[in-house]
Amino acid sequence: MVRAASKRKALAETRVKEAPKIESLKLSEKELENEEDLLGNIASSDDDSEDSDDYESSEEEQLGDEEEEEEEQSNEETGDSANSGGSDYESSDAGPSRELISEANEELPDNDKDEYESGDTSDEEDLRNTVGKIPMHWYDDYPLLGYDWDGKPILKPERRDELDNFLKRMEDPNFWRTIRDPSTGQDVILNEKDLALIKRLQERKIPNPDHEEYKPWVDWFSSKVMTTALRPIPESKKSFLPSRSEREKVSKMVHALKMGWRVPRAELEAQRAKEKEEGPKFFDLWSADGDDEMKRRGIIDHIPAPKRTLPGHAESYNPPAEYLFNERELELWHKQSETPWKRKWHFVPQKFPSLRAVPAYPRFVKERFLRCLDLYMAPRTRKNKLTIQAEDLLPELPDPKDLQPFPTAQSLIYTGHSDIVRTICPDPSGQFLVSGSDDCSIRVWEVSTGRCLKIIAAGAEVSSVAWNPSSHLSLLAVAAGKRLLICSPQVGSTEKLTATDELLAVPPEVDSTTVVPERVQTAVKWEQAEGKDWDDGHRVVVTHFKDLKQAVWHGRGDYLAVVVSEGLNRSVIVHQVSKRRSQIPFNKARGLVQAVQFHPVRPMLFVATQRSIRIYDLVKQQLVKKLMTGSAWISSMAVHPGKLVFLGK
Amino acid sequence: MVNRKKKYEAGTAQRYITRKSAMKKLQLTLKDFRKMCILKGIYPREPSNRRKAQKGKTGVKTLYHAKDIKFLSHEPMIWKLREYKIFARRMGRARAIRDFEKVHQYIDSHPTLTLDHIVRERYPTFVDAVRDMDDCLTLCFMFSTFPSIKHVRRDFSALCRRLTVEFMHYVMAARALRKVFISIKGYYFQADISGQTVTWIIPHVFPYKPESKDDVDFRIMSTFVEFYTVMLGFINFKLYHSLNLYYPPKFPVSSKDAENKLLVDQDVFVSERIAALNSNLLNSDGSANEYVEEEFDMDDIHLTDDPEKIAEAREERDKVKNLKTLFKGLKVFVGREVPREPVVFVLRCFGAEVSWDPLLFVGSTFDEHDTKITHQIVDRPSLDRTYLSRYYVQPQWIFDSVNARKLLPEVDYLMGKTLPPHLSPFTIVRDGQYQPPEEQALREGVPFKPQVLEEEKSEDEEESENDEEAGDDDDKEEDVNSDDDDDDDDDDDDDDDEEEENEDSDEDEDEEAKAISSKELKVKQMAVKAGELAKENPRQQQIDEAAQLRLRERMIARKHRKLYKSMMKGRRSRQHEINLLTKKRKAIDEETKAAKKKTKKKKQPADK
Repeated sequence: MVRAASKRKALAETRVKEAPKIESLKLSEKELENEEDLLGNIASSDDDSEDSDDYESSEEEQLGDEEEEEEEQSNEETGDSANSGGSDYESSDAGPSRELISEANEELPDNDKDEYESGDTSDEEDLRNTVGKIPMHWYDDYPLLGYDWDGKPILKPERRDELDNFLKRMEDPNFWRTIRDPSTGQDVILNEKDLALIKRLQERKIPNPDHEEYKPWVDWFSSKVMTTALRPIPESKKSFLPSRSEREKVSKMVHALKMGWRVPRAELEAQRAKEKEEGPKFFDLWSADGDDEMKRRGIIDHIPAPKRTLPGHAESYNPPAEYLFNERELELWHKQSETPWKRKWHFVPQKFPSLRAVPAYPRFVKERFLRCLDLYMAPRTRKNKLTIQAEDLLPELPDPKDLQPFPTAQSLIYTGHSDIVRTICPDPSGQFLVSGSDDCSIRVWEVSTGRCLKIIAAGAEVSSVAWNPSSHLSLLAVAAGKRLLICSPQVGSTEKLTATDELLAVPPEVDSTTVVPERVQTAVKWEQAEGKDWDDGHRVVVTHFKDLKQAVWHGRGDYLAVVVSEGLNRSVIVHQVSKRRSQIPFNKARGLVQAVQFHPVRPMLFVATQRSIRIYDLVKQQLVKKLMTGSAWISSMAVHPGKLVFLGK
Repeated sequence: MVNRKKKYEAGTAQRYITRKSAMKKLQLTLKDFRKMCILKGIYPREPSNRRKAQKGKTGVKTLYHAKDIKFLSHEPMIWKLREYKIFARRMGRARAIRDFEKVHQYIDSHPTLTLDHIVRERYPTFVDAVRDMDDCLTLCFMFSTFPSIKHVRRDFSALCRRLTVEFMHYVMAARALRKVFISIKGYYFQADISGQTVTWIIPHVFPYKPESKDDVDFRIMSTFVEFYTVMLGFINFKLYHSLNLYYPPKFPVSSKDAENKLLVDQDVFVSERIAALNSNLLNSDGSANEYVEEEFDMDDIHLTDDPEKIAEAREERDKVKNLKTLFKGLKVFVGREVPREPVVFVLRCFGAEVSWDPLLFVGSTFDEHDTKITHQIVDRPSLDRTYLSRYYVQPQWIFDSVNARKLLPEVDYLMGKTLPPHLSPFTIVRDGQYQPPEEQALREGVPFKPQVLEEEKSEDEEESENDEEAGDDDDKEEDVNSDDDDDDDDDDDDDDDEEEENEDSDEDEDEEAKAISSKELKVKQMAVKAGELAKENPRQQQIDEAAQLRLRERMIARKHRKLYKSMMKGRRSRQHEINLLTKKRKAIDEETKAAKKKTKKKKQPADK
């Protein structure tokens, strides 16, 4: 308690002391607002001091003694009176404040000399605030201003009232230059130097009085180049040390030189000059001629460029006179400048009297250039050169003389038919000829005389007649309309005729076991000719489902093949006369059948469609061969006993 | 899922690749692609079916073989080109920022193309390379005459010059030249090198003239030459070594040369001497190279059993053997108006000793006053001072003699005379080709004596004989002329007679026929008469034959009809050409003859 009381006393004393000082400085402080930064701790505003007062009071409250509280309250209530009361014992107990003042300002005015003046500062209390450079208003609400070196709080000095201030002003001659240090709350008396400084600032002069304003100007950083660089910044340490990266580079270079990887520039230049002088180096490139590895490499399927054609006489500097152009040719040559490929020669032949008169050829460079273009730009291909002559293309024709004798004149005309004759067929002996016509009749002629021996009515337009090839029989097959008539020609040897008639007079007995297929039954109907028909010469009549196109005998004379037009898969029908039986050999229609033919010797059937011929083996019942003819439309066919087939287009 | 076969995924479409896609594949610009194609010898192909090859696209595209492009893609040179691109970019930048130290540094490490491996790759054997030498030589010879222009640097043309001169030295040393021809375009030379026929052209003087870029792109040509120089260098090396010659060429130094040598730069001296083409080169053992007749017995080789062919080959060999030493023993002085290089080259190729005016070019070996000179080549109408001991002939004599493979009589080629036509040795005799009478005579081995020229010649001979004598022997000349005229007339008469005889025979036949018919009329009694030969009317026969031919032509298969027609058309046009030329020749001959007679007639009264 005692300690606290004494402290409070001390504080009050300092307050009393400080108050007039601050007031006196009020004016100057306001003026110095601008220079606040320069002065640092010296300046402080009135508000601050007032705030600090509040703060003191709160601190006192914190201390918490009732007595003190009462005192405080009374203090506040009384205000100035309390302060004035406190100022009584100020003079008696002013020791510490004086000490403080002397400590803050070493050069005190003469009248403030004290015991420490001799220099003995051993027991001097160093009052410093240790809070650092912080805004002091943070401490406004506290009774203290900070802490000193020993960690003890620096309490805010007591606030002096107006009266104290007035008294102090009256008494203290240094009052006008006493200010409060905001960090410590102590009064500080400004010395002469400070005052001078403040004065200079007020006058807006440079604070340093020694500053020479008008001294001669030295231009350090001028355009003049100095021997040693004048830099505003000091040289770094790095700049004095050898560079590591450079050292590495240099060592690499040195190594390269040592190993011979790198050549010094001078040496290199000398080497180059020498090379240039010597020209390119040549050596025996083809020492290992025909190296397989080299042969393999290269252009695929290489086509060497054709050589240029060699010049003829016309290109000579002194050509034979006939090669020179006359006026007309020259005019033509010039006219063909648009179409130069049509020109006879690509140059105008010229004749010079002597070699020395021959000038350089104006298009020489251009021609070389065009050749170069040809070499790398013209597409190449292999073309076969014709080695044949035009004559080789001509076909060899037989001389007409070699083909003689051939009939050259008309000798006989067989007259009698009233309409177009569609078909003729000679007798196997060659004595007779049978013809079929659109006048619905067939006639039998004697070949040698042209006499008509027999006329047989066919009942429809005759499309085909065929003489039976058998030597024992005398029979005709006539295709007339839908009917196939098997007739007796009623000419020739009577023996043969009677034999044939006997053979056909009685139809063979129908074998009940054999079943005629439906296909055949609907297509063909056999009939025996009787009565008038028999007398006319008809022997057997076979009626078909459609018109007939052709009738052909087999070599033995028993079988007969007919072609039914538009018969589709029943186009070809084979009849057996002796048994009055029919077969349809093909199930499928393979094109429109144009003609059929039996092989004269072998068991083969030739069937001609529009474009191809099929050859069937009759024994094996299978297709042997298919011949593609290449003709557009086969109309007729004949088979040679050898291997030939003749076609009619 | 069925693997459906898509169009253009196999076959022709995959075999070819368009230029654009090739460039894309190789990642090259057109310029670089072009360069690669030229250097590697890759060319477009003509497909058998263009529509398929272009994958159905219309228009004509440049198509390359896909495998060729694949082959090209493996070429390390492509990387060099890319390096070069980088180099150019760096240089451009360094130049732009004026960093000349860098510029020098880049130039020092400048990427260079080496083409050695390409030569080997394109020509796996030496013979392949020789076979493809024609274009190489012609282009190098042309470039060797070029001045320094944008895409052809001075050292480039100098290299061409060096290589071509080396090549000519080889041809001289090997006696490989076979045919020569002076054309309006230049000098054609044909040589037989390693069994291959190589033909090249040396242009007439100063062939270079500035060309517009559309006309001639020197950059492309210089790319070609870039490759050709390398190729020619390697070929030269091989050729020199095949003859046991030192390469690069050296020549033996005489004491006289040594004096001159002190005055000039060593290299220039050597290169000039070599360019003079007038000295034998050094063998690799240090001795001077001399041509040695190789003893090669062809009888040992029997490629064919056909005796005719063997005989033919043997004859040819003998002729070539003669040709190689055609000018041996001749000492020729070349006048200064004559184009020196080709003339010296040809003369030296066949063993002549040659010299020229020392002021004209270095390397002359003897001077004009040498009495041992047999021939002097002059290309001017007259000379002030002439020697009796030598022939003054025009340069065409050399060329014609080489082509004839024998020394032609100098009289036709004497100084100031009108030259006989210079014929091409490259023509092949075949049907449908016009042969001028001179060529026919040459092939038959008979000296050509046209009537007009013959007259002239006799006169000239007279004159030349009388040259030295001051006076003219008028009477003699007249006599000769009159003789000639008589001869001509006789010839004409003979022709006429023959024609008449023909006519006569025709008439005789007619008369006989008439007589027979009259006799038949008279005698109508039965009698046995001597049989008569059925006479065939040739005209009727011709008509029949023509009819037969027409019938046969009609029977030509449709497939061949067009071909036959075009062949016949070509034949007709060729025949037309022949007729035209013969007609022209006849007219010209007659004209000259008439002119000659006219002048003679004028001359005669004056003489009298």
